[in-house]
This record gives sequence, C-alpha cells and structure tokens, in this order.
Amino acid sequence: MKKLLLVLILLTAAASKAQTARDSCVTCHLALDGDLARPAQLFEQDVHRKNGFSCADCHGGDPSSDDVEKSMSRSRGFVGKIDRRSVPARCARCHADANRIHRYKPQQRVDQLAQYRTSVHGQRLAAGDTRVANCTDCHGVHDIREVRDAESPVHPLRVPGTCARCHADPEHMKDYGIPTDQFDKYQRSVHWQALAKRGDLSAPSCATCHGNHGAAPPGVASVAHVCGSCHVVFENLFTASPHKAAFDSMGLAGCVVCHSNHEVIQPTVNMLGVQPGATCTNCHVEGDKGYEAARVMRARLDDLAAALRASGEILRRAATSGMEVSEAQMELDMAQESLVKARVAVHSFVPAQVEAEVKKGIAAAESSRRASETALAERGYRRKGLALSLVAIGITMAGLWLAIRELESRNGVA
Amino acid sequence: MSPKDEARASDTLLRRAAAWLSDRAGFDSLREFLAHKKVPIHSATLWYYFGGITLFLFVIQVLTGVLLLLYYRPTPTEAFESVQFIMTRVQFGWLVRSIHSWSANLMVLAALIHMFSVFFLRSYRQPRELTWLTGMALLGLTLSFGFSGYLLPWNTLAFFATKVGTNMAGVLPVVGPFARRFLRGGEEVTGATLTRFFGFHVAVLPGLTTLLLAAHLALVQKWGMSTPEKHKGEILSMPFFPNFVLRELMAWYGALAVLGILAALRPWELGAKADPFAPAPAGIRPEWYFLAVFYSLKLIPSRVGVFDGEVLGVLFFGLAAVAWMLIPFWDRRPPGEERHRLLTGMGVFVVAYLLVFSALGYWR
Repeated sequence: MKKLLLVLILLTAAASKAQTARDSCVTCHLALDGDLARPAQLFEQDVHRKNGFSCADCHGGDPSSDDVEKSMSRSRGFVGKIDRRSVPARCARCHADANRIHRYKPQQRVDQLAQYRTSVHGQRLAAGDTRVANCTDCHGVHDIREVRDAESPVHPLRVPGTCARCHADPEHMKDYGIPTDQFDKYQRSVHWQALAKRGDLSAPSCATCHGNHGAAPPGVASVAHVCGSCHVVFENLFTASPHKAAFDSMGLAGCVVCHSNHEVIQPTVNMLGVQPGATCTNCHVEGDKGYEAARVMRARLDDLAAALRASGEILRRAATSGMEVSEAQMELDMAQESLVKARVAVHSFVPAQVEAEVKKGIAAAESSRRASETALAERGYRRKGLALSLVAIGITMAGLWLAIRELESRNGVA
Repeated sequence: MSPKDEARASDTLLRRAAAWLSDRAGFDSLREFLAHKKVPIHSATLWYYFGGITLFLFVIQVLTGVLLLLYYRPTPTEAFESVQFIMTRVQFGWLVRSIHSWSANLMVLAALIHMFSVFFLRSYRQPRELTWLTGMALLGLTLSFGFSGYLLPWNTLAFFATKVGTNMAGVLPVVGPFARRFLRGGEEVTGATLTRFFGFHVAVLPGLTTLLLAAHLALVQKWGMSTPEKHKGEILSMPFFPNFVLRELMAWYGALAVLGILAALRPWELGAKADPFAPAPAGIRPEWYFLAVFYSLKLIPSRVGVFDGEVLGVLFFGLAAVAWMLIPFWDRRPPGEERHRLLTGMGVFVVAYLLVFSALGYWR
C-alpha cells in the first residue's frame, strides 16, 4: 500500500514538472524583471490561459524547450511582438474558426474579423493607420477576460470608459477631426444613469448604437433605426409622422434633432409647446401648423396632469382618513398610465392621437375623483353614525348608573 | 270577555309557561345561586371587571367573525379580494371587519390587564391554581387567534410577518422543523398555510376556547372572587345579580363605545395584496403584542458563545413563559400570607420590559 502511494506521488510530481517545463515562456518571463515579466504575470488571469492556451499559441515558438535559442527560434515559428496591423488576423485564426471556438463557447459568434473590416477602425488599419483600435486595445493584451467578467474592459459597465480612452483624448483624436466630448455628454444622459447609477446592464452604451466590432457612426438614415431597436413604439410613431418626410428632405437625423445623440437627457413635458425653451420652437414659428399642433398638444397634456393632481389630492385626503380607496387608486393609476401614453403619442406629432389618450385619462381621473368624494362622504356619514351611537351608549350607561344608585340606596350593600 | 279579563288570562298563561320552564330547566336553583352570590367591595374591585370585558370582546369576536364568514374566501387568489369586497361593497362590512380587528386587539389588551391584576393581587394562590392555568391557556389561545387571523386578509405585511413568525417556531431544537412544516403546511408560506390558519382560526381555536372558557368560568364560580389580603377585614360586598352585573354591563358599554370610535375613525387597513415573489417590505413587524419578543430577538447576536443566538432567544422566552405559567406552584404561600416582594418586583419588571421593548420595536 505504501509503495503504491509512493508511486502515485512520484507520478504526480513528474506530471507537474512536465507541465511546467512545457510552458517555458511563463517560467522564464516570470524570472525576469519589469516589462519582460509583466506579460507572464498578467497572463495568469487570462481567459485563454484558463482554457489551456499558452503564449506560443499567439507568439509561436517552442515552449517545451528551456533553451531560449530553441524556444524563441524563428525556425520554430516564433514571431515575437505582434505587429498592430496583424493583431486582428492573429486573433481571427481561432475566433473566426467555428470548429475551434465552439469547443469552448458553443454560442460564440465567429464574424468579429469580418465585422471589424467594415468598421472605420478596420478600414483605417488596413490603410496603414496603426493608431486606430484593434482587438487588443479594447479587450486587453495578456490579461483578456470574458465579457461578463466585471474587470474586463468590455464588460457592459466599462465599455464607455474603454471607448473614452481614445475618443475623449484630444491629443489622440486631433488628426481625425471628430469631437472628443461624447463621453462627457454621455455621462449626462439617461442612458448613463441607467447603466452606471442603476446598474442596468441592458442600458445602451457606445457599442449598443455604434456596434462593437463593426463600429461605425450611424448615418442620418439609420439613426431612427438605432434608437428604434429599443424604443420600438417611438420609432413606429415617428416613421408614420409628418416629421419623417420633412426631416428626410432636410437631411436631419430623426430622434437626435430633439433629444440629442450622446447627451440624451431626461425628457420632460417642457420640451413640448411654444413657450420659451420648448424644443418645437427651434423650427416652428407662430402661424404655422406645427406651432399650433405643439401648443394644442402641450395644453391637453397640462389639462390631464392638472386633473391627475386634483384627483390625487382628494384621494390622499380620503386615504389618510383611513378609508378604503383601492378602486379610486386603480382609476388614478389608469389616468397616470394614460398620461404616459399621451406623452408617447406626442411622437406622432398629430394632436388627435394625443387627444384620444388625454380623453381616456381625464375620464379615469374624473372617475377616481368621484370615488374619492364618495369615500369622503361615507367618512362623514360614519362620523355622524358614531356620534349618534355614542349618545345612545352614553344615555344607556347613565340609565344603568341611575338604576344601580337607586337599587343600592333601596337595598344597600351587604 | 272584558279587556281586564283578557289581561288576567294572558298574565296567568305567562306565569304558567314560566313555571313550566323553571320546572324543566331548573331556573329556581339558578335564581337561588344568583341571589346568594356576592362580590367583595374594596379599592381593587375595579380589576374584577377586566375578565368580563375580555369575555365581552370574545363574544364580539364570535359575532363579527360569523358575519365575516359569509363573504370571506380562504384562498390566495380570493382572500384579499373578498376582504376588499367586504370593506367596500358589503353594507356595513367595513364596520364589521374593523370591529373584528379592533376587538381582537382590545381583547389581548384586556386579557393582559386581567392576567397582571390577578398576578399582583395574588389571586392565583391555592385553591385557584387551576383557574390561573386555564386563564393562561386562554391567553395563549387569544394570541394564537391573533397570529392566525393576521394572515387571513393575505396582504403583504401579514404574509411576511407570518413567514418571520413561523420561522421562529422552526428554530426550536428537535421539534422546530416539524412545527414550522405543520404551521405552514409545507416548507414555505403558501395557500396551504392560509387554508390551515383559517381552519385553526374558525374551528380549532374557537372550540378549544369555548371548552377552556367554560372550565375557567366554572372554577371562578366554584371558588368565588379572591379578596386581597389587605382587604380581608373589610366586610363590604355587593350582590352579583343585579348590582355587579349592571356595573359589568356599564363596562361593556364603555368597551363598545371605544370599539365604535376606533372602527369609525381608524378603520382597519387592508394594505396591498401579498406577492410571495416580491422582496420583503422594509419595516416589517408583527402585531403589537408580539413586538417586545420580536425586538428582543433582533437584539440578540447571531452567536452567543457556542450557541445560535436565535435558538437561545426563542428557548429563553419559551422557558420564561412556562415559568410564568407555573407561578402558583413556586409561590406556594397560603392565600392569606403577606405580599412577596421578589415576585412583585419581578411583575413590575415584566410589565416595564413589555412596555419599553414594545415601544422600541414599534418606533425603531
């Protein structure tokens, strides 16, 4: 038994030694200092390393040899530091090979290189501009992590910061003639609020609208489609609206004309209407049809909001006095829902569509108000009933007390 | 026949009917018993009324409970809606439900006052040990009524409070897991829990309460009202009927007035329908009479030495309740002997503890 145990220990040690010896790149580089050690240190966390890949799978060479002349020999395929222009093709040797990649991730796409070549980044790289982003600029070099890993630079929460490393750097972008304030603007948007503040990983970041591997700025014609991939109802309303043809003819890009692109701030009802600061008056002037439509739609939304406030106040009074007001609350919720739908209907830019929702909302608010008033009337009725009951109880108690007095004065107590 | 003759004939008929009933039902002996039953009069007579008030509130519970049964449906899909229907659609349904809920709470309060008055007046001493024990069992049943009834509207607060409450039962060593499964009708609080809580509330508990109440009242009649030692020399007393009964009736009318005020000005809330998949709401807490224990358990650290804090807490309160229940057996002084200072101090401590910790549990 002892002999068998000894053999097992020896075999395990031998296997472990053989494994270490096969990856001489890591062994040697870890023994070096500074920049030469760094790749090997980072590689410990790399997803490729965890799946059994070694340095040689990208850099070539022979990791089974401890002799540097052999392990880093050109004759054994060693390529050393990979040229930036070659990086996408190098990654694609595996990542474009479905047979190979699906052994590790059956759902993984394999068209990243094809997409990349259609992007501005890919086209510029092909033209010889090595300052544009390639695979390793976004994913990392020696410490590549899975996208779902919170420390990955392409984790949904970190994508905006990763893009901003180049796109918010004026020095880096000075030759490209595009602004560098996108990240600042994005950080003021509702999308950033959803992503970074609420931690909603499905909230849009740069790659959601621009694509990731096939990164390209959306052209005028595609903006509505990009926004509409999430905001489907709004896209449908806009496409059927009078604004669609007008914007197309003027070369204006749908949604962003009113809502901006990167700085999509929380929309409020104040964007609508003809008062100072309203978005509509950026294009429409008094006397035109659009101006009148904006005025009417805003006025009706205000009417519904006022009806909601009034009903809500009566409901609050009834509820705080302990009345059961769930039905009134349900009606008020329906009115609130109509207000939301009416605000959505504004994107049809047709006052009649807004009016239809406003009418439903005002009817529901009115119904809620009536139910609350009934509850308040019922409260008054109950209080009168209570007062009468207390008087009756008081008279009875007084009668009892007099009866006891009379009884005890007649008979005394024992 | 003249009207005078008609009246005389009718009077004779009534007298004959009364005599017939009295012969068959033994009313004479009851009248005889009531004519001789006396209630002592002294400065602590006031406390005698709380037993009767508790009984009155129990009767209110039964009557309003029967009315609620006409509309209530004990299933997770219909319970909340049926209570909502009672509150909004049924004529005076709001009043019946509010009186049921408020009288349940007042009944617990009256029962506690009754218990502490018996404790401080030393009325539990021999030969009234059984009266005390049946009274304690009735208090336990009253609290069980409260716990089981709390879940029946199937609202969010009740759902999660029941979860916490049944969990506490589950931490008891050996019997805990079985007790939790038995109470819940499974591993979780579900429709099965609602059905069995309904069964406990409207069948098991009322049956047991009626039996124990009969025993408690019979024992009270057998041994009469206890007179505290310091009032023993006073010879004043009043006839139970009608003097004491009329006074008790006044107290009942007073309780009815309080119930009416509470039900009309603060109707019992319904809250939101329970959603078993929703997270527990913030500030969840049980009914006020469980607050002191609930808050104390929250203060106990998760580990106390090698013991689980919660288990230790539940065991401690369980043993404390048993010790309290057995007071007549460890305070074995004769009824006539002087006050027991240590016991009085302990009683004051328990009352102060319940008041302070209930307040802390409510506001924190």
